Amino acid sequence: MITAERKPMEEIIACVKPYQRILLIGCNECVTVCAAGGRKEVGMLSSALQMAFMQAGKTLEIKELTLERQCDPEYIEELVGYIDHVDAVLSMACGCGVQEIARRFKDKHVYPAVNTKFMGASERQGMWAERCQGCGDCVLGITGGICPIARCSKRLLNGPCGGSGNGKCEISPDVDCAWQLIWDRLKALGMEDRYEEIMEAKDWRTSRDGGPRRIIREDLA
Amino acid sequence: MKTKSVLEKVLESGQFAVTSECGPPRGAVPEKVREKAELLAGHVDAVNVTDNQTAVVRMSSLAACILIKQQGLNPILQMVTRDRNRLALQSDILGAYAHGIDTMLCLSGDHPCFGDHPMAANVYDLDSIQLIQTVKKMRDEGKFQGGDDILNPPQMFIGAAANPFADPFELRVARLAKKANAGVDFIQTQCIYNLDKFKTWMEGVRARGLHEKVSILAGITPLKSAGMARYMKNKVPGMDVPDELIKRIAGVPKEKQAEEGITISVEAIEQLKEVEGVRGFHIMAIEWEQKVPEIVERAGLLPRPKF
Repeated sequence: MITAERKPMEEIIACVKPYQRILLIGCNECVTVCAAGGRKEVGMLSSALQMAFMQAGKTLEIKELTLERQCDPEYIEELVGYIDHVDAVLSMACGCGVQEIARRFKDKHVYPAVNTKFMGASERQGMWAERCQGCGDCVLGITGGICPIARCSKRLLNGPCGGSGNGKCEISPDVDCAWQLIWDRLKALGMEDRYEEIMEAKDWRTSRDGGPRRIIREDLA
Repeated sequence: MKTKSVLEKVLESGQFAVTSECGPPRGAVPEKVREKAELLAGHVDAVNVTDNQTAVVRMSSLAACILIKQQGLNPILQMVTRDRNRLALQSDILGAYAHGIDTMLCLSGDHPCFGDHPMAANVYDLDSIQLIQTVKKMRDEGKFQGGDDILNPPQMFIGAAANPFADPFELRVARLAKKANAGVDFIQTQCIYNLDKFKTWMEGVRARGLHEKVSILAGITPLKSAGMARYMKNKVPGMDVPDELIKRIAGVPKEKQAEEGITISVEAIEQLKEVEGVRGFHIMAIEWEQKVPEIVERAGLLPRPKF
């Protein structure tokens, strides 16, 4: 899923300060799962904002809504009845959702209330970790199902650097060495020989380096 | 001979090679580079010039290499893949060779979080093994990594690093094998303090015949004090300093510790000379270059051959 974290209150307040009426919109997908921008977080942020405005001797009218998916134009249409009654939109979706709103409502001020972080998975209750960088040419089949691009701090494709110690990365004892994980898994699978196959210089065009990416599926068009 | 590198010639002659290191200054002060190089002249075959070591901005390795070359020494251009993509790396290799620099070291480099610009973007377009492949392709096929022909391809003698002490230990021989297959000519190891562990690694290296494919230069860094020994053990990633060694250096009075550190280095070289597959020594006296001649001399590595 795409993970996110709510921005600091002061930053959000600074964004909405000039307005009297805003739409505060959550998203029912990834940001709900990672407890950053779902219905519950919309309610909490709304109360916090109103309280902050009240303390400053001002009022802020907030219309709360949580869409099924903010990255889908079909659901964005649900905002049509509300958008004209507000000065600005505060979105709690990931960056994709914020941009969909901005694209649909060209003359409306739109602000993000969360920082979009990464594509990851939940490691335990309340903890998410990066798993994928969307490089566009998946190597997991040859790395034992552990991604060196997302999980090695130097995205090394041919093995651990000299800074791997006790299974941890040189950058922090809280970060696992991806190549230790890969090696352990290859061993468990009896695939140690795989390690010695050199992974050639990657063609990063399939990644962000090739410019903004699109998928076109003629069969669905 | 693959190249005109003096280091290659020394290794080819069967004598122990000796290299050392010069960290460029944190400013546009060429005299600092020349001072350091001057301390090493006549005592080493080649001088590694570090590339923004520990992710701290310094004078570029290439520029410092040129200064050292002009002094009549043989610089080894260190290149990390952290700061430059494949375009920048290859153009610097062309530039280096145009200035007569014919030996280089391919590294991934320390993570920016250790340096003075922890907020910097991390490049890693290539890793160290892919850089080895790139330099070899430039030399042996006369082609850029992208496939186009090179006008007067640079003939680089290609080095890389190996850390026998990092984890997973059992993978460390395989990692060397991978660098050998990528086309590396010589290896400079991490500083060796744990001789037993190094010897175990070398057994694995010999078992696969890798010592015949690549020339291994054993890394030596003299300890200045018990404090430095403890710092290396606890703070430097991938460093293995045995407790007995710390005890030994801590056991002599403070003012004698530096001398003890030099003696430990000389003894290590003497022992490592006996290890089959060790073809030379890479003496990294960090901000202590003036001690390199003494170590080289006491270890019986003088005179250096002339080519």
